[in-house]
Formats: sequence, structure tokens, C-alpha cells
Amino acid sequence: MTLLTLIPFLGALMVALLPSPGGGQASRTLLSDRSPQAPRWIGLSYMFGALAIAVLLAFRYNHVAGGIQFVERHAWIPSLGVEYFVGADGMSLMLILLTAIVTPFAVLSAGPGISKLQVALILLLETTLFGSFTALNFIHWFLYYELSLVPAFFLVRSAGTKAATAAALRFFIYTLLGGLAMLIGFLAIQLVTGTFDLVRLANAGPSLDGILAARSGWPSAGLLVFCCIFLGLAVKVPVVPFHTWLPDAYAEAPSSVTMLLTGLMSKMGVYGFLRLLVPLFPQRMQELATPLLWLALATIIFSAFTALAQTDLKRIFAYSSVNHLGYCLLGIFAVAAVPMGAPAARAAATNGVLLQIFNHGLTAAALFCFVGFIERRSGGLRGMTDFGGLRAAAPVFAGLMGIAIFSSLGLPGLNGFVGEFLIFSGTFKLVWWSAALAAIGLFVTAVFLLNIIQKVFTGPLPERWSKFPDLTSAEILTVAPAIALMFVLGIYPQVLIALFNKP
Amino acid sequence: MILTATFLSAFAGAALILLLPERRAPLAKWVALLAALTGLGFAKFAFLFYDNSPGAPHFQYLTRIPWIPQLGISFSTGADGISVVLLLLTGVIAVAGVLFSWNVTHRPRAFFAFYLIIIGGVYGVFQSFDLFLLFVFYEIVIIPKYFLIAAWGSTNREYGAMKLTMYSVAGSALVLLALIATYAASGAHSFDLFTLADPAKAHFAPGFQAWAFPVMFIGFAVLAGLWPLHTWAPTGHVAAPTAVSMLLAGVVMKLGSYSALRVAMTLFPQGLDQWRILIAVLATAGIVLGALVALAQKDLKFTVGYSSIAHMGFVLLGLMTLNLAGLGGSVLQMFSHGIIGGLLFAVVGRMLYDRTHTRDIAELGKMDLSKTLPFAAFTFTVASVASMGLPGFSGFIAEFTILKGSWTSLPWLLIPAGIGVVVTVAFTLRALQRSFFPSGEPSAPAHAFDPITVPEKLGALLLIAATLYAGLLPSALLDPILRSFQSPLMHGLLR
Repeated sequence: MTLLTLIPFLGALMVALLPSPGGGQASRTLLSDRSPQAPRWIGLSYMFGALAIAVLLAFRYNHVAGGIQFVERHAWIPSLGVEYFVGADGMSLMLILLTAIVTPFAVLSAGPGISKLQVALILLLETTLFGSFTALNFIHWFLYYELSLVPAFFLVRSAGTKAATAAALRFFIYTLLGGLAMLIGFLAIQLVTGTFDLVRLANAGPSLDGILAARSGWPSAGLLVFCCIFLGLAVKVPVVPFHTWLPDAYAEAPSSVTMLLTGLMSKMGVYGFLRLLVPLFPQRMQELATPLLWLALATIIFSAFTALAQTDLKRIFAYSSVNHLGYCLLGIFAVAAVPMGAPAARAAATNGVLLQIFNHGLTAAALFCFVGFIERRSGGLRGMTDFGGLRAAAPVFAGLMGIAIFSSLGLPGLNGFVGEFLIFSGTFKLVWWSAALAAIGLFVTAVFLLNIIQKVFTGPLPERWSKFPDLTSAEILTVAPAIALMFVLGIYPQVLIALFNKP
Repeated sequence: MILTATFLSAFAGAALILLLPERRAPLAKWVALLAALTGLGFAKFAFLFYDNSPGAPHFQYLTRIPWIPQLGISFSTGADGISVVLLLLTGVIAVAGVLFSWNVTHRPRAFFAFYLIIIGGVYGVFQSFDLFLLFVFYEIVIIPKYFLIAAWGSTNREYGAMKLTMYSVAGSALVLLALIATYAASGAHSFDLFTLADPAKAHFAPGFQAWAFPVMFIGFAVLAGLWPLHTWAPTGHVAAPTAVSMLLAGVVMKLGSYSALRVAMTLFPQGLDQWRILIAVLATAGIVLGALVALAQKDLKFTVGYSSIAHMGFVLLGLMTLNLAGLGGSVLQMFSHGIIGGLLFAVVGRMLYDRTHTRDIAELGKMDLSKTLPFAAFTFTVASVASMGLPGFSGFIAEFTILKGSWTSLPWLLIPAGIGVVVTVAFTLRALQRSFFPSGEPSAPAHAFDPITVPEKLGALLLIAATLYAGLLPSALLDPILRSFQSPLMHGLLR
């Protein structure tokens, strides 16, 4: 476990210490005489090392026993109740796998143009992601959660434009403020319970609310703490109306960075909901289920319609990401709304949420990867209306990107379908009206995604794009594993489901 | 004797430098480095071998030699967990300060001699348990500061030096007045802190405490940058040469907060109770207003200067919580801000100003510093992240513990303090972004600056390592600090 978190960090150090005349971003141009690819390959080798460990952990995980395994626990700051406490259950392992897959995917997709600094920052980001998916003490978790902002901030800025700088700043401040709210919430919890241990807090979950109210002598104390933590996570995911930082950040960052933002960092928020909020406040979740479900619905429907109104491919996919994460929240809130009974529906929705997390990570990363390829060919153009008929010029490109789009749309046989189907079938039995309303989102998503296919790939081929190059073999190799996984998970989702279900 | 060796090595270094012949003047920095390293070695040793096991005595390394027995004055030194942590801080800052002064060529002997005298005085304050001795060391720090700033300083140096010295001297006068009154009122005929704090030997009537506490506390707190008596700090910091800014922010401001805790709060708990709320409010005002003023600065060094006021506000707020978390966090914050403040001043004063000759944020922004001085950009980024209080660095754990402490005892100050944290993030990001990573293309022609030298890199790495050490393994510092608050001397402070 510790090794897993450490590997990318060591990689980042290695890459950062590589000699480079001029240093930093300047090395992109200056390094041509020395092996310019060295940082990239060294970085990738560390990432694949981490992937190997992640796969190994997934195999060694005893899913008959279930629960949290691979626990490592050491005293850290005893006077504050902070421990070095890591471990993983099926959900953590799935996210670790996702991180280990998407990170090298992003680096590969950026192609040889990626700078040393970017590789080092991506490795740092991977460390913080692994850390946050394995830490089981709040402060330990929070350390990674907040630190992830620093490499992400610089990665978004690495696009170099003025808009990217502004977007990075907005992203940083929003998330940091959310984090601060969450920290205050947990401070209150620690003061009344005396522990930051997430496992112990989860076991005490049902009584936590009562303890908070009794200790502070104020019945709504629990609600306030709940709201603080909710706010922090809602900004990260994001939930409408806390999403305003997202479109700019996703659109202005380099595409490979957006892959990491949407594929992995947004998952920190969803993971936070599942790891922190749901186990700690089951009753509040149930009480507040209706407003929460409305928020999830707002996220789903609003983002779908906004995506419909965009022409910039990156912005469309950014809003589409918000939309897909909305389904995760819908499932989570629906399960929380009905804490008793309907075990089959609850299991379906829960499995759906977890699958959706993984699927969205994979598919959204692939989509932004393709947008990156388009940008590289078009010199930065990515408006939907700038293109047309590309299928004729670049058939492989159109075919593979089509698969990714259909996966996002939820076509049966591809990965997206399974998760969304499970969420909808589960939610429908639990809270029928929310599933019915959320279906509007599904419909609109289909419209705007098909619209992309139509506008970009079909129709007459404009003269200027007649030489639009098809995917190179390196690019095909980059996306092939992701596309293959989409099929595997679409046809046999059991591979993943086995991780978080007892047989 | 280990403790005594810390300041003796500094004073010996100063004497040695003054004895250097004129033609050997360039050797001064090496002697200073050697003396600072020796001091750090002894401080490190004292820190590592401080026995923090539950049964161990709270006060260790005690030395006690009668000095002026007629007046009850003795040379009495020792250390508890608070002292060892601050001695360690002094050692680290002393070495880093010499490394960042490597380019001083103007009268180096006098510069380094004054520098080492200040260091020796600081070491002395942190280990004195005789109030007279403490005051002597305290004064030793103040006078050389004036000369260092007035002779080697930069912008507006005479004004800055004079203002800083006036405030310090006024603060000292208050302290001296309170000290003499204390001596007279106690009837114990002693300046020994242990004697004076022992209710069996010395008793201070509540009426006496009610005025002696604020006089002494405020006298010390002037040096800690208590709002609204803080105005000397930004001006002085900016006027001072780099190493002195580092010393001022790094350790001298801590002299104020440390002495306020060690003397004023320990001796006059009842006076403290009467004035506590007012001081807590002033401390919080310092946090919020310091951060807001920092947000409005155009000069990068002033931004860092006002950030010191905000961070020291946390120290004072922590002291006023009067619970274990708040007090412990406060001492940890002294350490943390010492390191981070030192690092920020090192980047602004030495790495940037000595090369670019400007501290104007907009001017710096045009120089494409992330490419022309990548190491400075890296160091300032790390220091900013630490200063913002992101977890993993010392600032987070210190401010977090202070907030935790104030939650329990002063919950209504949590919201303004929280706003202060947010504004701190805002001004730090603003300074970082505008000066090092401005958006768009650099407008000025490409600059070529002298590369960052090896001593600068070593100094920066030393300070970065220290903030990471305190951030990742805070227990090493926090445990001895927390146990010290249970000592017979201090436990009266816990409410």
C-alpha cells in the first residue's frame, strides 16, 4: 500500500531531477539535443510499475472476506488523534486501478510534446490520488486531498494561456474553500468523538448526529457539520450549482490534463461521498434525501441542456462529465433515501454507482484524449462546427472515437450502459420519480452526443480538412487498451463487480 | 552546559570575527557559518536528547550560578519542550541566514559580528529562567538590529530602523517597569522564575496582576506584532537586509510571543483572565487585517511582511485559548512561521531583489521568473503552499491545532479566524501568481540573471526540509511542547 503511493512520488523526483538545460517548460524546445523523451519514458515506467502493483493488489484482495484489507497502521500525531492508517476495500481498489490506468493513458495521449515538468506534476498528482483512495484517517486523507490541488493547479496552467491561468486560479480557490469547510466540519466531529479514524467513525455513524447535538446542546449541530462536509465534496464532484469552476478549467487545461481532472480528480469527490458522508450521516442523508435528489437531478438535467447549447467539443464533454457524475449522485442519494428493505434494488444502485465511477473515468478520459488528438491536428480548433465529414478523411479516428462516444451515451455492449442501467433500475424501485426525471438527462445526452458524431464525422468534408491525418499507430496503441476495456466491461462487468461484492 | 554552548558559540564567533585583521575580512562569513553551525549542532543535540518520557523532569539541562546574590539574580538557564523547539528554530534560521548573506561584501566583519550577537541573544532568551538574565538577552537583540538595518538595509532604511528600534525600546520599557514592580511586589527577593511562579514563595494580589499583566504582556507583544502595535514590523522587515528580515520574522518576533507566554502569562494568571478576551480579539484582528492589508500590497516584501502579522496573530490567538491544543499549536506555529517566514524573505530579499533590483509585483511579473530563475520560483511556490496552510507542511498542523483550541474556548472567534485563513490563501496565491507566473507572454525583453548560487540553494533546502519535517512528523515537536504545559510552572494556564 505504502509502496503504491510512494512509487509515483519517487518517479516525480527522478523526473524532476533529470538534467535539463533551461529547466522546466523551456526544456520542451531546448532538450532536443539530449534525449527529449527521457522524462516521459521514465515517468511512464513508474506509472506502469504502479499499475502492476495495483493489479496485483486487486488479485490478492480476498473478496470472500470483503471489508478493508492490506491495512497498515502507525502512530503519527497521537496528540491529535492522527494516524498513518491505510487500507483498501473493493471500492478503493477499483479507484486505485482506475488511477493506475488513466494516468499513463493521459501521459501517452499527450504525445512527445509533454514537458518534464508536466510529467513530474502528473506523477505527483498520481501519488496524491493513490493516497486519498487508501487513507483511512481523515487528516491523512485530507493531506492528499488538498495537496492534489497543487500539481493540478500547475497542470491546468501549463496550457500557458491567460484563460487557463484564470481557470486554474478559480479551480484552486473553489476547491480549497470547499476543503476548508470540510476541515471545519471534521474538526467538530473530532472534538466530540475524539477520533479522526474513518472506520471507527463509520461504525459510530448512526449515533454521530445525536452525539453532536448532545455535546453542543444544539439540535442542528449535526446538520451544520453535514452541510460543511457536503459543501466541500459538492465543489469537488461538482454538484450544480457549485460547478461554475469546472467548464473553464476543463476546457482551458491541456486535454491530457483534463483527462486526469475528469477521470480521476472528480472521483475524489464521489469517493468522499461514499467514504465520508454516507457512512457518517446515514440519518441526515435519509432526512435530506429529497432535496439531495433534486440537486442530483439539477446536476443531471441542467448540465445535459447546457452541453446541448455548446459548440466547443471540450465544453460539451465537460458538461457531459458533470451529467454522468450526476447519475452517481442520484444512485447514492436514492440508496440513502431508503435505508431499509429492497435489498436487490439497493444492491443494483450501489453497484451501478461504483461501475459508473469507473466507466466514466475511463470513457471521459478517452473522449478528452480524442479531443486532444483533434486539437493537435487542427492547430487548436475544437468547435463542433469547424469540422465535418471527417469520417471520410480519417476512418479509424472516426470509428474509435465513435466507440468512445457511444460508450458515453450508454449503448448496450459497451461499459457505460451497465452502470447507468443498474443505477436506473435500482433508483426506479427506490425513488421512482427521481429516476423518471433523470431519464430526461439520458435523452438529452443522446441528442448532444449524436449531434457531435453528425457534425464532426458525417456530412460533406470541407476542403481544408481533406488532408486530416488519421490516427498514427502510436495513437492507436494509446487508445486501444481503453477501447478494449470498454468492450470487456460492457460485455463482462463481472470483472469489476466481483471486487466489491461478496460472491 | 549544552544550552550555554549555543549562545557562547555565537558570541565567540562574533568575537573571533572582530579579531580578524582587515585583509582577512572575507573570512568573516566562514567564521559566522562555523559559529552558526556549531550553535545549530548544540541546539539539535539539546532537542534530540531532551527526555520526553512521562516520568522525566520537565526542566532539563539546568544550570544555575549565583550572579548578583544581593538582588536575587542568578545565571539560571534550562529548557523545557517549548525552549528546545525554539532553540532548534533559532539554530536553523541562524545557519540559513548566514547562507543567504554569502554575498555581503560591505564591511562583512561588522555585519556578521552584529548578526551573531543577535543570534546569541535569541538563544539566551529561549533558555533563561531568571527574569533579569532574560531581559539582558532580550536587550542584546534589540540594539544590533538598529545598526544592521541602518547600515546594510535597503529601502527607507534609516526610517525603518528607527521606527523598529523605537517600538522595541518602548516595549522593553514597559517590560522593565513591570519587571521591577514584580520584583518589588513579590517580596521573594528573587528574579528566579521558578520562585516567582511558586505561590508558596511569591504572591501577587489580583489588583496588582490586573495592571502588571497588561503592561508586561503588551511590552512583549509589541515584538510579536500584536495588532495595532504591529506597524514597525512590515516597515522594519522591508528595510532590513535579507538575513535580518529572516531573523526578525523568523525568531525575533518569537521572542515577544515566547516571553509573553513564559513570563507574563505564567506569573499573572489572574490578570490574564481579565485581559484575555481583549487580547484574543486583537490577535484575531491581526489575522484578518494583516491578511487584508497583504492583499493590497504592490511590493512583494511588504506582502510577506504583512503575512507575518497574520501568522503571528495565530500565535497570539493560540496563547489566549488557554487549552492544550491552542497553546501547543501556538508554539508550533512559532516554529512553523519562523521557518516559512524566513524562507519567504530569503526568496524575496536575496534570490529576487539582489538580482532584479525590484520588489514591485507588477515589475517582477514582467521578468518571466519561472523560466529565468526557476529555482527561486520553485522555492517561493513551496513556501507559498506552506504559508497557505496546505497539509503536509508545518503551517497546516499548527494553524489547525490553534483553530481546534479556539473552537473549544473561543468559538465565536472561529469565523473571523477562518476568514483570515481564506484571505491568507488569496493574498499568497495573488503574490505567487502575479510575480512568478503571470498570464500571457512576458512583455519585457528576456532577462538573464545570475544563477542561484550554491549557498542559497543549501539555505533554501534546509528551510524546506524543516517545514516538511514539522509538517509530516509534527509529533516530534508537539509532544515535548504539550508535555511542557503540564509542568508545575505552566499548568496553571490550562483552563
